[in-house]
Amino acid sequence: MQVNETKGFRPKIVAFCCNWCSYAGADLAGTNRINYPADVKIIRVPCSCRVNPMFILRAFQRGADGVIMCGCHPGDCHYTSGNYFARRRMTLLFSMLDYMGIEKERTRVEWVSAAEGAKFAATMNEFVETVTKLGENKRLEDLRCKKQ
Amino acid sequence: MFRLPIEKLDDLFAAVAAAQTLYLPADGKDGRASYVKWEEGVKLSKALNTVRSAKDHFFPQTTNLCDFNMNGKNIEIIDNRQESENFVIFGVRACDARSFTILDKVFLAEPVDTYYATRREHGTVITLACTEPEENCFCSVFGIDAASPEGDAACHITEDALYINANTEKGEKFIESVKDMLTECGTEAVDAQKAQTAEIMKKLPFANVSTDYFRKNTLLDIFNSEHWKKLSEACLGCGTCTFVCPTCQCYDIKDFDTGHGIKRYRTWDSCMYSDFTKMAAANSRNSQVERFRQRFMHKLVYFPDNNNGEFGCVGCGRCLSRCPISMNIIKVIKTFGEE
Amino acid sequence: MQEAVISRAKELLADGTVNRVVGWKAGEFAYDTTPAVFTSAEELDAGFIYNDFCAPNLSKYIIKESRKEGKLLVFLKPCDSYSFNQLLKEHRILRENVYIIGVECTGKVDADTVKSKGIKGITGMESDGENVTVHTLYGDKTIPKSETLGDKCKTCKSKKHVIFDEMIGNDGEVNNDGARFEMVKKLEKMTSEERYEFWRGELSKCIRCNACRNVCPACSCENCVFDNPASGIQQRAATDSFEENMFHLIRAFHVAGRCTDCGECTRVCPQNIPLHLLNRKYIKDINEFYGEYQAGEDLDTRAPLNAYTFGDCEPNIVYKRGGKE
Repeated sequence: MQVNETKGFRPKIVAFCCNWCSYAGADLAGTNRINYPADVKIIRVPCSCRVNPMFILRAFQRGADGVIMCGCHPGDCHYTSGNYFARRRMTLLFSMLDYMGIEKERTRVEWVSAAEGAKFAATMNEFVETVTKLGENKRLEDLRCKKQ
Repeated sequence: MFRLPIEKLDDLFAAVAAAQTLYLPADGKDGRASYVKWEEGVKLSKALNTVRSAKDHFFPQTTNLCDFNMNGKNIEIIDNRQESENFVIFGVRACDARSFTILDKVFLAEPVDTYYATRREHGTVITLACTEPEENCFCSVFGIDAASPEGDAACHITEDALYINANTEKGEKFIESVKDMLTECGTEAVDAQKAQTAEIMKKLPFANVSTDYFRKNTLLDIFNSEHWKKLSEACLGCGTCTFVCPTCQCYDIKDFDTGHGIKRYRTWDSCMYSDFTKMAAANSRNSQVERFRQRFMHKLVYFPDNNNGEFGCVGCGRCLSRCPISMNIIKVIKTFGEE
Repeated sequence: MQEAVISRAKELLADGTVNRVVGWKAGEFAYDTTPAVFTSAEELDAGFIYNDFCAPNLSKYIIKESRKEGKLLVFLKPCDSYSFNQLLKEHRILRENVYIIGVECTGKVDADTVKSKGIKGITGMESDGENVTVHTLYGDKTIPKSETLGDKCKTCKSKKHVIFDEMIGNDGEVNNDGARFEMVKKLEKMTSEERYEFWRGELSKCIRCNACRNVCPACSCENCVFDNPASGIQQRAATDSFEENMFHLIRAFHVAGRCTDCGECTRVCPQNIPLHLLNRKYIKDINEFYGEYQAGEDLDTRAPLNAYTFGDCEPNIVYKRGGKE
């Protein structure tokens, strides 16, 4: 991980990572000393299917500027089919967020296996860059949670 | 009584808004009226009434009461009240104007609710007489004259002019502030309009609904009546009636953890909700029959018992037009009355 | 129609097939009908009504009613029968306790739509199927019935009953013209900014009265997450724009794949928020991504969010399509 000292806007990114693939992928990125921004806060979940739509909204409420969900590649789920259900759910939820006018670039799903440390880092680098360009999350913010 | 030519109406609003914030009913995109802040271009709605009541100005849906900050073991209490600005609400109907007197009895009695009291002090209520009452109106049942509303100053709009008359000191002050636009006049035009409205009022479907039953029978008889079960059968338990009601005044106090402090706020509550007045041990009203009964007992029995016989309803008709299943206070009063 | 319905209800009460009837009760004016339970022929004569003003969907009441003693008779309009079927599929209704009579529906008159035409002081309304005569305090008016329909009836999805024990009147056809998705398509074509403005404008009117939730046949949880003090989101009122968005997003998501598009949410909203546009978006997406699906149509197919295929589209389909940039 790198500590970014440049001033200016740094986005807050929440990444939901499944325990079996993506979290291990993140770990691999770390042990291989591949850089990805410190703006990404990882939340480990047992399976991508554990991610309730409410989690995504809560992340935005508490100040996230972008939310990314990572799970095992379709077919590789530790619980056989969890990520297939998650795939349908997130497709519909993100489509709805887009429909309500929340920038679609703020949400993403990526499949990252335990062996793909480099992919994890690359995905995060690219996602952070996209969200940084978008700027602060204004359309799905909770003003009460912003520090004055 | 003072007169203003109708084409000068917008100039009057501009003059008022220059000195203080002015709220008045304006039509939304969907054609329904709601109170909005006046600015250039906003037109006074011709609708009889707004969907939400005027109580919002004194008793808003949510009020931030105070904030807490935790510093180690110390709790810092931050009073975030700001001095309320002066404001004018224009176009309040007679029913809503009466609702303020009812709310006053609750919030201005000891211990005084300072949040409400401050807003009340800073607000001037300019009422507007009704000329085209609708089928849902039954303010006359509660002794309200739609043609001569209360409030700080009362207005009558005829085809060619606006007439205004002060009822209170605040109203006089208001008229004083725009006096150079007004001309003094007699009451003939207004009297004629009042007579005309009175004629229509007599023809309203609910003009002769009687509330005698609730005066003649004891609290327990009404409480234990068999009618409640049947009446509440279809009730969905939503809060529409209570939230559009100008006299419903129940609220809940909640804390919200912002992550860097606590916001304590109060918010409208509804006796129709399953967790209304829920306590640590249990809930005092477990079924929808009991919740439904609570609402109407409060308006028609408990409130008058505590307030010299004044009912807790002003007959604005909002619950009649907005209830999803069309169950309302008129049906309750009529069902009991037929006994 | 009404006579036939009442006499059949009386017959079924008399021969003991059912011990009560769930139907609509006449109100003060033509338009304020209330769902009610009738237990005798006298009660039916006194208040039962079935006409062009009986909009409320009765199927949700059957969840509780079917658990009471004895068999009940319920009248279902075509769109109500979809909701009923969906509840049956979710094991919320005891079918053996319900006798269903399907009643023909030609669209229901909506008082708010009539009022939005500037008609004030409505004391009565009559419909002959073609035209609606409105009696008001300020004189009578006649308007074509097609102009008085509420949002839910303007783009009716089906006049076909999907479940019934017997029928009164004619069964209709499913309407597949897709007209109900027109507004959703229009919104999809807007820019993200415009859509945001649109929904902010609509949802900021929300007073969180919960009418949409409580009337919804798909919202049949014993304890809603928004009523649960332990959930941390029981905020009672929309204290912040985020709360407004979250409530409606989560509610729509929870009924996604289960919403039959009965349109009750929009009908009951006191603030006139077009809530059906959220549900229809999910229906449209499900149709496009996972194949045509109509909730409540049958009792066997798996709900789209309870199923998957290996070849489902990837979530990034959202970025690839729709909307101006």
